[in-house]
Amino acid sequence: MAAVIKLDNIHKTYHTGEVDVFAVRGVSMEIAKGEFVAIMGASGSGKSTMMNIIGCLDRPTEGRYLLDDVDVSHLDRDELAGIRNKKLGFVFQGFNLLSRTSALENVELPMLYTHNHLTAGEQRERAIHALQIVGLADRSDHHPNQLSGGQQQRVAIARALVNSPAVLLADEPTGNLDTRTSAEVMGVFQKLNEEGITIVMVTHELDIASYTKRNVVMRDGVVVHDAPVQKRLMAEVELRRLQEAHQAVKLST
Amino acid sequence: MRIAATLRMALRALRRNKMRSVLTALGIIIGVGAVIAMVGIGNGAKSQVEAQIASLGQNVILVFAGNWSSSGARSGWGGAGTMTVEDTDAISREVPGVIAVSPEVRDREQVQANGLNWNTQILGESPEYLDIRDWPLEDGAMFTEQDVRGTAKVCVVGKTIVNQLFPSEDPVGKIVIIRNIPFKILGVLHPKGLSVMNTDQDDVVVIPYTSLMKRLSKRTNISSIIVQSSGPDVSDRVQRDIADLLRQRHRLGQGRDDDFTIRGQQEISDMFTATTKVMTVLLSAIASVSLIVGGIGIMNIMLVSVTERTREIGIRMAVGAHGRDILLQFLIEAITLSSLGGVIGILCGIGSAKLLSVMAGWPTLVSISSVIMAFLFSAAVGVFFGFYPARKASRLDPIDALRYE
Repeated sequence: MAAVIKLDNIHKTYHTGEVDVFAVRGVSMEIAKGEFVAIMGASGSGKSTMMNIIGCLDRPTEGRYLLDDVDVSHLDRDELAGIRNKKLGFVFQGFNLLSRTSALENVELPMLYTHNHLTAGEQRERAIHALQIVGLADRSDHHPNQLSGGQQQRVAIARALVNSPAVLLADEPTGNLDTRTSAEVMGVFQKLNEEGITIVMVTHELDIASYTKRNVVMRDGVVVHDAPVQKRLMAEVELRRLQEAHQAVKLST
Repeated sequence: MRIAATLRMALRALRRNKMRSVLTALGIIIGVGAVIAMVGIGNGAKSQVEAQIASLGQNVILVFAGNWSSSGARSGWGGAGTMTVEDTDAISREVPGVIAVSPEVRDREQVQANGLNWNTQILGESPEYLDIRDWPLEDGAMFTEQDVRGTAKVCVVGKTIVNQLFPSEDPVGKIVIIRNIPFKILGVLHPKGLSVMNTDQDDVVVIPYTSLMKRLSKRTNISSIIVQSSGPDVSDRVQRDIADLLRQRHRLGQGRDDDFTIRGQQEISDMFTATTKVMTVLLSAIASVSLIVGGIGIMNIMLVSVTERTREIGIRMAVGAHGRDILLQFLIEAITLSSLGGVIGILCGIGSAKLLSVMAGWPTLVSISSVIMAFLFSAAVGVFFGFYPARKASRLDPIDALRYE
């Protein structure tokens, strides 16, 4: 399968004051279309820096990064913004929705910066379709503060999907959610992945990483482990198990 | 990004902080309102003065007997007693570019009619006087050259005289008594209002200058000469020629002061418009200062807004907004704020100008050009003071902006 993401000896050095911080020190990796990868590691391992580079929010100090066969390692700010808009979808830990703005308008946001001349009606149609995929079409006029954490994250996923990106990037997407909601959100990701969407996720929770298909572990700026997931968790099964456990607690009291 | 969508976003952002937006715009509202009202007052005063100067007549040159600019024991204008009717004839005969000339003799008398009396100005003039001063008759006719030659006991009267002596009847054909001499009223002058000196120009009785000189005050000299030149282009030369002619006729040798004073209409109008212009410039300068203060208020609030919405800027950049999209968003927000302030300010300014003219009786004139200027200026204030905060927003790093708490 063709590689959507191709990293070749990526280095990232921050010059802060007198000491240079080597956040990433030579990472080479390929992620093929349709993969579901979790990048793991303790804080300071360089996983967030990797995520910023893969997400075109930051440029590597050294090395080559091909996204969808385009070398993006030397693009300028505005070109990177264009790549983010067309090829990447972001899901953040803190949801990062615009407050006091309806779910629908939040989902429409990326299209506002796309230069493809969609009419307002077409934009709306696509936004509603994206909300249908995450099962929130009936909440399209709700504002973020009227939605639960899980629902907000699903709106964020819809926003990430709306421009049909090559890769969906998730940065600790379940960090602010409880176990049950986490499983629900992971279910959404698994469903999207089954439909062929490539997903790269950063997390430090092992059980969340178990929902993915491939785990990459980083330490001190290098990849120390890269292997397919052996005992993969399926969100449907987990949710049923949680439900039963919940019932059991109820019965016993 | 589409302008319409950006504008919608800007309006929504402003609506979110209604109180703050209103207070911020208040600076611009007061500034623009002050500019509009001040310029309105200035223009009103100017047009009033212009109308008064126009009421003098077209291309009029006034020659006063006496010299008011010399020091020493000379008497003021009208007092030298050296100007005669012959001077008038000489001017009309010898100075090219002179269309019409009227000698003028002034007097104050108590006039009576109908058992009423009134103290008024008596003007002795030639029949051309009304044409020179561009002063039409409302009723009746002007006296003629024949009346002048015959020192006829006839007159035309101003509107104020009619109001005082003939409150309820047609005065044409009636008699007024001036120093026990009956004068027949031939016509009534059209009302002219206040003069540049704020005197009532309609409080006047005009009689042939010969009648005044021979029948009323028994004098041989005249107070002044009113000259009408053929146009503004010859006015200066005509004034010089008249001066030369009069000096020669009055036998004034080298080094002796003129015994007359010449004033062109342009000089009189320049004198008064200069005053009102200075007023307008001063008032506008004060108003502009308040506009700048308003602009600084906008800049301040936009800077706060950029800081508050750092995370929002990060989100927008993450999903693909270019720097200039962000710049445009905040710039449009600032311009919307200042333009809305401008529009409200224009309405307030027009309102207060109207109020002033009603309450204080000041003439005000709000011109379209000042409204357009004020609006463009307020929009420009938005661009100028909104640019720095907007640029600051557009240069944020998306990673830092997303992490901003």
